[in-house]
Order: sequence, then C-alpha cells, then structure tokens
Amino acid sequence: MEKFAPVKRSEDGQPVRYLIVDDSVFARKNLARMVETFGGQVIGEAGDGVSAIAEYERLTPDIVLMDITMPQMEGIEAAEKIVRDHPSARIVMVSSVGYQENIVAALQRGARHFVQKPVKPEVLYEVIKYVMRDDGTTARGAGAGA
Amino acid sequence: MRMDLIQPFINSADAVLAQALQSPISIETLSMEEEAYRRKGIAAEVALTGEIEGRIIFDADLAAAVQLASRLAGVEVSETNEELVREAVCELANQIIGNAVTTLNDQGFHFHVRPPTQHTSEQGSRSSEDTEALVMGFNTSSGNVFMNVALRHHRRQTLERSAVAG
Repeated sequence: MEKFAPVKRSEDGQPVRYLIVDDSVFARKNLARMVETFGGQVIGEAGDGVSAIAEYERLTPDIVLMDITMPQMEGIEAAEKIVRDHPSARIVMVSSVGYQENIVAALQRGARHFVQKPVKPEVLYEVIKYVMRDDGTTARGAGAGA
Repeated sequence: MRMDLIQPFINSADAVLAQALQSPISIETLSMEEEAYRRKGIAAEVALTGEIEGRIIFDADLAAAVQLASRLAGVEVSETNEELVREAVCELANQIIGNAVTTLNDQGFHFHVRPPTQHTSEQGSRSSEDTEALVMGFNTSSGNVFMNVALRHHRRQTLERSAVAG
C-alpha cells in the first residue's frame, strides 16, 4: 500500500484517533488498514448507527468514518444525533451511495465531508487532512520526526 | 426491457471490478431470466425500495470470489476462510449496486437501497410479469462473476410526478 505522511494532532503530536462505522466487517477492516497507513489509530468500530452514537460518547474520537446504508439506524441520522450533542465532531461519510440528495442531506446534518466507495486511499487521505485542518491539525512529513 | 435502468449496473460493475482487480473485464453473457435464479458460487443480495423496486444478486464463482477477496483485503485470502470471502462479496455488491443507484437517483429515479445480505439459498425468486430480470455474466481475470437484476419501475408514480411538475 502507498506510503503517506502521517497526519498527527497538532495539539499534542499524537496519532489521529478514528471510529469506523460500517455494517460490513470487511469494509471496516479495509478502512482501518487504510487509516493506519496515514499514521492513524483506530480506537473503535461500530456496525450500525445506534452503536456508533454509543461508541462516540464512550471514546470521543478525532474523526468518525461513517457508512450511510446500515441496519437499525442509518449513517446520516447517526451523524445528525452525534453532531447535535457534539457540534465539533468531525464526521466523514463513506458510502457507495453518493447521489446528490444524499450528500446534501449528510452535509446539512453536520457531516464534514463525503467519500464515495470504492475508496481510493489518496482521496481519503486528502479528505482527512482537509477535515483535520479545520481545527489546526497538520499533516507532517514522513521524515519530520513524526 | 428498460435498458436505462440496467445500463448503470453494467457500467458500475465494469468500473468497480476493473478497479478492484486492476484489469479490464468484459460482459460474456446477457440473458433474460425465465426460471428462478440458480446461485453459481458466493452470492450477495441487495433489495431496492421506492420508485424502483426489486433485488439484485451479485454472484461470483468460488475461485473469482477468493481472488476478489484477496485483492480487496490486500492480503492472500484462503478459500477456507469462507466468512471473509462472503463478506468481501457483500462489500463488492454494496459498491457496485450503490454506484449504480447513485447514477439512477441523479437521473431522477427516487428509491432506497437496503444493506446487502448473504444469499445462501440455491435459488432466488422467479421473475414476475411486471419485473424486469436480466442475468449478466462478466468475464474477469479472476473468473466469472454474475449479476441478476430484477427490477420493477412504478411508472404511474413517475407520471404523476411529471404531471405535477409540468
């Protein structure tokens, strides 16, 4: 897999902590593998929107990667509930269903960005950098002591 | 046969499989379904609800499914790891069908996609009078992959919407 300069939290230089939400175990593992190449740390996983909310409360991750089509509670509704209680939550929707109406609904309800599956690592990496930059976190060079 | 409903699934399968396998694929067979669908290997089913209703079965013969799982996972997956192979087929179905649903929704068809489920029965449901069903066979560098698309389009609802809009 391609090498990426690690993205670190600017405030303490620690790895970005991720919560990955997808009903597919396979997709979760793939995303986990991908964000680890960005220098990230997966601190939790969830398979539906209800569990995602509970895991967010428990773990307060730096970023949530959230699928849309899931059983029990879909990703857009879960994102809305998380952002309502935690306005600074950074949620990136990651879904194969990326029609305009869906993307607009997700962004209107508090998601920061949308990435369509199949996920290209270089695309997700740029989105992560962009979303983290909002709060002053920077991408560091691979050789910068990170 | 509404080819405008089917074409996005062909295009999406082509794009997603070619990206996953890093090699071109081709359609080998295209036929109307007359009998209940017979599963060929490891299969996943996705249901659609709304203006377009129906189901799509994505089916890969075992060798192809194992290779696809290995490609997607980035590590060698053994055919004995059946659960992982099934998960990979479900995720591929999700990506192919999700991308096609995206195209159709952006074209003005409004419907919803359910999460993929593993399709383990030997046969799927028969096509009915008002359901368009097509079986596509794709030839890939990893083996054969099939997609059975059975859709019903609620024309009246669309016409009513057009009338209101017009």
